[in-house]
Amino acid sequence: MYDFLTGPMFWLSLGIFLIGMLVRFVLYFRGLSWQLDRVAYKAYPFQGFKGALNSIVKWLIPFGTYGWRKQPFMTVIFFGFHIGAVLVPLFLLAHNLVLKEKIGISLITLNPLLADILTWAVIVSAVFLALRRIALPEVRILTTWYDYIILLLAVAPFITGLVARYELGSYTFWLTVHILCGEVLLIAAPFTKLSHIVLFFASRAQLGMDYGIKRGGMKGKGMAW
Amino acid sequence: MPEGKFCNKKPVETEEELKALLGDTGGKQYYQEMKSLDVDQDLLWKTIQNTLKSRMKTWLEICAHCGMCADSCFLYLINDQDPRQVPAYKIQSTLGELVKRKGKVDNEFMHMVMETAWAKCTCCNRCGMYCPHGIDMGVMFGYVRGLCYQQGFVPWEMKIGAGMHRVYRAQMDVTDEDFVETFEWMVEEYEEDYPGLEVPVDKEGADILYTVNAREVKHYPEDLAEAAILFHLAGENWTVPTSGWEQTSLAMFAGDWAACKMQVEHVYAAMERLKPKRMVGTECGHAHRATVVEGPYWAGRSTGKPPVESIHYVEWLAEALREGKLKIDPSKRLKIPVTLQDSCNYVRNNGLKDITREIMSYIVEPGYFVEMSPNREHNYCCGGGGGFNGIGLFRPQRNKALITKRDQILHTGAEMVIAPCHNCWDAIRDLEEEYKIGIKWSFLKPLVISMVEIPEHLKPKE
Repeated sequence: MYDFLTGPMFWLSLGIFLIGMLVRFVLYFRGLSWQLDRVAYKAYPFQGFKGALNSIVKWLIPFGTYGWRKQPFMTVIFFGFHIGAVLVPLFLLAHNLVLKEKIGISLITLNPLLADILTWAVIVSAVFLALRRIALPEVRILTTWYDYIILLLAVAPFITGLVARYELGSYTFWLTVHILCGEVLLIAAPFTKLSHIVLFFASRAQLGMDYGIKRGGMKGKGMAW
Repeated sequence: MPEGKFCNKKPVETEEELKALLGDTGGKQYYQEMKSLDVDQDLLWKTIQNTLKSRMKTWLEICAHCGMCADSCFLYLINDQDPRQVPAYKIQSTLGELVKRKGKVDNEFMHMVMETAWAKCTCCNRCGMYCPHGIDMGVMFGYVRGLCYQQGFVPWEMKIGAGMHRVYRAQMDVTDEDFVETFEWMVEEYEEDYPGLEVPVDKEGADILYTVNAREVKHYPEDLAEAAILFHLAGENWTVPTSGWEQTSLAMFAGDWAACKMQVEHVYAAMERLKPKRMVGTECGHAHRATVVEGPYWAGRSTGKPPVESIHYVEWLAEALREGKLKIDPSKRLKIPVTLQDSCNYVRNNGLKDITREIMSYIVEPGYFVEMSPNREHNYCCGGGGGFNGIGLFRPQRNKALITKRDQILHTGAEMVIAPCHNCWDAIRDLEEEYKIGIKWSFLKPLVISMVEIPEHLKPKE
């Protein structure tokens, strides 16, 4: 099982993830239509780019927008979740050892203590994200079982990874489950709401272009997101 | 019964049809017929497949159901934070369901969609600014209105409004003759006070082509005279077209895209015929949005711009004051607490947030201007936008919606609201009528006229 997961499945899941995400990203932009969206994307590439960049960057900064500042609790758990969710899989020492072994390259790695903290932050934030769905009527009305599954899919590799890291029970067992969860996540991403890993940037870029080109970007100081 | 006499899927195309529909007071028979109007499910699904592409498809798909849009919606806030007023819920339960069910929806469902699209969203686009994914539900409700219109599920007044544009190329039954006659008559009325005042009609190659809101012709003709006076005092070389003078588009509120195209192409034809340097529109928000911001796309212009540079009245006024074409008598500046209503249609949706404040700096005594909170592109809708003001069926909901603006105004402590937008102006008038808070409200033109210095050579001879 372990050999299968770290062998063919590793390549398969990574392939599906990378190709799938690339396809979604490309299809998104190819599907934009200046007539249907009523945004002259091609006529103003510079203003569009500026608007897109502004729209993405502002929302990547904790408390960087009116929206984030308006909801500080959500901002904390949102970034608590996403910072770890992006950094830990990419820069964990153990992951990079695997990467080195598999393809001969490795990225910069996180200090192990920081990695632990970030992983805990992901899990604790996920718990609060779930509780928020239950507690707040305006979120509860929107929430479906699908939202919980997505959250579970996203947090499972972190929980199992942490269990393995603290060697609670059988290390090999939990490591295998961890790898499995990670691969399920990679495979599911292009086909589910998890596609927002890339489509967040695409969608934000689109609205940024909309504001940058059509809705006042060329009239002065640009958008105060 | 599938198609009714008044309520059906056919747009109003002739004057007779329009008059007949208007004759159905309050849309009594119209709404009765709507109860048994069939949904053309195949057409609906085909339309969605052809027009719901990348952007909106992705919006519907990646919505994280996080609810961060809730607080951004003034209708959610004012309706006691009813979860059914959360923007994401409103769009998922309408457009989201339409897509999920592949257009297989019934009459009752479409009634719900209609109420949501016109009474629970003013297309103010504020939610789009508060969504981490950049999902603009106002844009989507604009789209939903188009689907509703196609299926005949559209408020009575909106169907009439779109029909007016189809028949008269104006939002009201104002003909080209009415327009020119009214403008000339109003100018005559003021000729004595302003010698040489005139309304140049169909002048080719003028610096400014002025376009208006048909309401001004029909209900507020002084506004036309005021525009003429200010152009006259500023020494502008301006003109109005005999045809193509209507800048507004109730068709946009109705979701009648074909009529939107007809209307805006009519104005662009006037630009092409008269070749002015610029077009200046009146103090109206949605008119600017329709003719300047969205219009080029309806007309298929890949530059996203009208044939000639087109600006809002506030842009012209700020420029005239800045360059000294119009000079304000400092002693006549407003010395009462004044606030400013930011129109969604040209502030949030066209970036004209600072220019109106520049105007305030010229016409309000320093220290007397008070900002609403929130303001600029974060301002709340007046409560009557997107056609909400005009729909009798949804009047109770609209009146509730006005409370947001009422409280925002009360909070400033201002005695006057300057509202350079017809829709906002109407909403504030209505909220005063409904809630009697003792507020004054005004367009910019009359205020500026009351304080502008008249150049010596333009003064009436004693």
